[in-house]
Amino acid sequence: MEYILKNGIVYDPTHNVTGDRKDVMIKDGKIVDNVSSDAKVLDVTDKLVMAAGVDVHAHIAGPKLCVGRLYRPEDSRAGVVPKTDITRAETGFSIPSCSATGYRYSRMGYGTVTEAAVPPLEAKHTHEEIMAIPNIDVSPLALFGNNWFVLQFVKKNDLEGLAAFVSAWLKLSKCYGMKVVNPCGSEAWGWGMNVHGIDDPAPHWDVTGGEVVRALTQVNEMLGLPHSMHVHPNDLGHPGNYPTTIGTLDAVKDVKKNPNVIRDQTIHCTHLQFHCYGGTSWRDAKSGAAPVADYINKNKHVTCDVGQVTFDETTTMTADAPMEYDLYKLSGLKWANKDIELETASGLIPIIYSPKAPVNALQWAIGLELFLLINDPWQVVLTTDSPNAGPFIRYPRIMSWLMSSDRRTEMLENEVHKWATKRTDLASLDRVYDWSDIATVTRSAPAKILGLEQRGHLGVGANADVAVYDIEPENFDATKASNASVIEDVMGRAAYTIKDGEIVVKDGKIVKVVPSRHMWTNVTGFEEQEKKVLEDIMPMFNRYYTVKFENYKVFDHYIDPAIEFKIDAGK
Amino acid sequence: MAYEEPITDYDHIVENCTCAFCGSNCDDLDFLVKGNHVVGVRHACRLGASKIMEDEDQRLKVPMMRDENGELQEVDWDTALDAAAELIANSVRPLFYGWSETSIECMKKGLKLTEYVGAVIDNQATICHGPTVQAVQNVGYPLMTLGEVKNRADMVVYTGSNPMNAHPRHLARYSVFPRGWFRQRGRFDRTLVTWDPKFSDTAKMSDIWVPFEENGDYGFCNAIRAVLKGKELKEDVISGIPKQDIIDLTESMKNVEFGALFFGLGLTHTLSKQRNIDIAIQLVQDLNAYTKWVLLPMRGHFNVNGFNIYMAYEMGFPYGVDFCRGYPRYMIGETTTVDLLNRKEPDVFLVIAADPGAHFPGGANMHLANIPVIQIDIHWGPSTELADIVLPGTFIGVETAGTSYRMDSVPIHMKSAIDPPETCREDEWIVNELYERVKKIKEEAK
Repeated sequence: MEYILKNGIVYDPTHNVTGDRKDVMIKDGKIVDNVSSDAKVLDVTDKLVMAAGVDVHAHIAGPKLCVGRLYRPEDSRAGVVPKTDITRAETGFSIPSCSATGYRYSRMGYGTVTEAAVPPLEAKHTHEEIMAIPNIDVSPLALFGNNWFVLQFVKKNDLEGLAAFVSAWLKLSKCYGMKVVNPCGSEAWGWGMNVHGIDDPAPHWDVTGGEVVRALTQVNEMLGLPHSMHVHPNDLGHPGNYPTTIGTLDAVKDVKKNPNVIRDQTIHCTHLQFHCYGGTSWRDAKSGAAPVADYINKNKHVTCDVGQVTFDETTTMTADAPMEYDLYKLSGLKWANKDIELETASGLIPIIYSPKAPVNALQWAIGLELFLLINDPWQVVLTTDSPNAGPFIRYPRIMSWLMSSDRRTEMLENEVHKWATKRTDLASLDRVYDWSDIATVTRSAPAKILGLEQRGHLGVGANADVAVYDIEPENFDATKASNASVIEDVMGRAAYTIKDGEIVVKDGKIVKVVPSRHMWTNVTGFEEQEKKVLEDIMPMFNRYYTVKFENYKVFDHYIDPAIEFKIDAGK
Repeated sequence: MAYEEPITDYDHIVENCTCAFCGSNCDDLDFLVKGNHVVGVRHACRLGASKIMEDEDQRLKVPMMRDENGELQEVDWDTALDAAAELIANSVRPLFYGWSETSIECMKKGLKLTEYVGAVIDNQATICHGPTVQAVQNVGYPLMTLGEVKNRADMVVYTGSNPMNAHPRHLARYSVFPRGWFRQRGRFDRTLVTWDPKFSDTAKMSDIWVPFEENGDYGFCNAIRAVLKGKELKEDVISGIPKQDIIDLTESMKNVEFGALFFGLGLTHTLSKQRNIDIAIQLVQDLNAYTKWVLLPMRGHFNVNGFNIYMAYEMGFPYGVDFCRGYPRYMIGETTTVDLLNRKEPDVFLVIAADPGAHFPGGANMHLANIPVIQIDIHWGPSTELADIVLPGTFIGVETAGTSYRMDSVPIHMKSAIDPPETCREDEWIVNELYERVKKIKEEAK
């Protein structure tokens, strides 16, 4: 099928296209530079055209999501939509059912989403959920930061062995890249404890979070994985944690980037907002965004996503289980926990972010500060760490805040607690994002950060993942506070979402359902080392896991359809 | 017990098979296969081994339908499937119950059929750990995978369950006996505690047995919580347990490094039902202020948890989900099987991999006797006596591969070791066939 999107106003930051009137041509699922006369013409005159969105960090599929759905029927009831001839019924607000997840991303014009935390033991579960999610391709990241084998390799300083282990485990869990969450802290949670800072060792292991992040970053570059180290640093959500964040980023400053990757960074710091707090307790907490943003402005080896608080009742879920217990002690709401043998922990708790609550207002303002203080939009990505700081369906609302300082002022003056003004610099920041910045932080930058060459842009050869929005950028003043609701509305229901050259959304409605693909990285060139490492660790595996190795891996029928990223580590 | 000679007469071994019996889903079984029969099973407990080896006993092998005299008579597959599809297509309130002993792959087809006709779908949780799920929805869910217990736990508590009889390898493989990374001496490094009115086989081998009175569970847990919070116990004996014993036990629970509480239907289905679980969960949450504690329900069937997980990720609700309005509704007492049957709402009942005939209350079964019942199963059971159409399935984990979720939600791919009987069909195929035929009938009627 061929299409030509005619007369749209195109934003494609990868190719420095900023609001040019251009036709976008599609053939066989790819962007091309010319099509035959049979091509179907879609008249998008004056409308906003971008590549489909790419989410660098969200929790959309897997065991903790399922615990959330199981124990929060009130959340499932909050988003019920009946079935149609094309779509299945939807449920859920912060933790939508699988099909709802796909439909909602698709309606916002997104085409690729990263599932940010997969415990390899339960990777089959994550992949089963991805099979149930339609219309978006999913790149799952496997958890390594508290894995006992990893801790042992780091302790022995055996990077070669660690690289082989990572390479083997990505194949077993069919994941796209590596994720580290509160390194050593989640292991400490096995004893109901936590670690504090990057130099505090996990009990019994004599290894610190800083060492784990550094070793895994080195291994990531040694293997040349498409995505960089993706880290959730220690001390999430603790007042005074920003030095830990900078320390984590600085610990890998001298790690040399693999020459074969398209990304610029060696470390991606996720939901940075939760890691930028000053002060010593919640009594005197204040923003620590400025020093962290300053560090990022000076260091190109770092990228981040924000984890913007959106003032909703949502569900927090993270492999940072001790932090979830801290939240339980604060709020007393129903707390769930799920520890995974030899690999990680995780926890969940519902949370209500209120604009009238001092801490929530502070968190909201810190997130926006990061967006506005980090100069290069290629280093920052729009996320809510969905559903932790808010559900992903709020992305359009965040766009409206970024595009209008008037709207932010209006909120600071009338809607949010005064901590947002008094304890952050948000009120003094009048920078606004233009459409090109928005396209960067929601498409181009995340695609590049993830190492996805064919996504996040509209160049010839790219995947034909395209979003068209029913707004005329040339005749629309996004800086006006009163237009914020228009942005939210329009960006939340794409006029067209095209996925691999097929129209899946038209006028904000799902018109076609296609299966999501499982993206995974297959490292080659390490076969001998992998074999040896597997032989070495097998006695420990057999003795301390409760499943047999043969039954541990994700079989191919759980990842149908898949996209395999073949990486030659020998190069 | 008489000595049994080791089995030597077999053709080949299929290793690392998964047991399709209880929620322990032991995945280390070796099947000894001879001539397409499993003649021996290594590593399994007696429950698992007997289910796997003696499956030919009372096996349903051919499709059957009741004739005019009320006798089940053999029919061909097309006749049985068409008749079943006709019943479902013309039903106004179909109810599809069971699923806990079949694969996730089959559930996928089942949900597709449910959504298509607007039926109610429910599983055995509705009559077993349903109150547990309610409690989880009330207060939270601090759980772990079983390996965490094996590697770390120095205190293991069982209450309202008797794993030595019901989950025979639970202690041996996961919780008490195995040597763990931080518990290298296995059993000797752990304190085993049983809270149970009965001196069960598990209690007999425990270090501490706490025999509280029947229905004394809530009061007992409440007393521990009170002590934990520094309150004075006002009575000398609570739920039949002397005050000082409760104080001592609380102290030792506070002072372990890692404690695990496993509870079964004995806690879930005594007087206070889900409130028992509420307080057990809150107790574990309170204990985490001092040290590490986790808990886990002892799920019965090998995929009862799988159904709850599957429904939660597909539709946001764990069991008892009603699609009659075109969107899923979940309301305990309203959309759950026994309540629907007691109100005589369903007009067609499909049961797959479950035995309501043996387990449901009389009133519910009386309604089942009055409406058409379609059974998909591998064995004859009381439900077969209620069934009007019987569709013989295949044995997941032995004859057909499939996915299941262990009690701690670890997903396991269960492989197949032998071929199913020629006259039987895979559950997944049967349910899909029903969907296709129902769809054909409905579309022709349009």
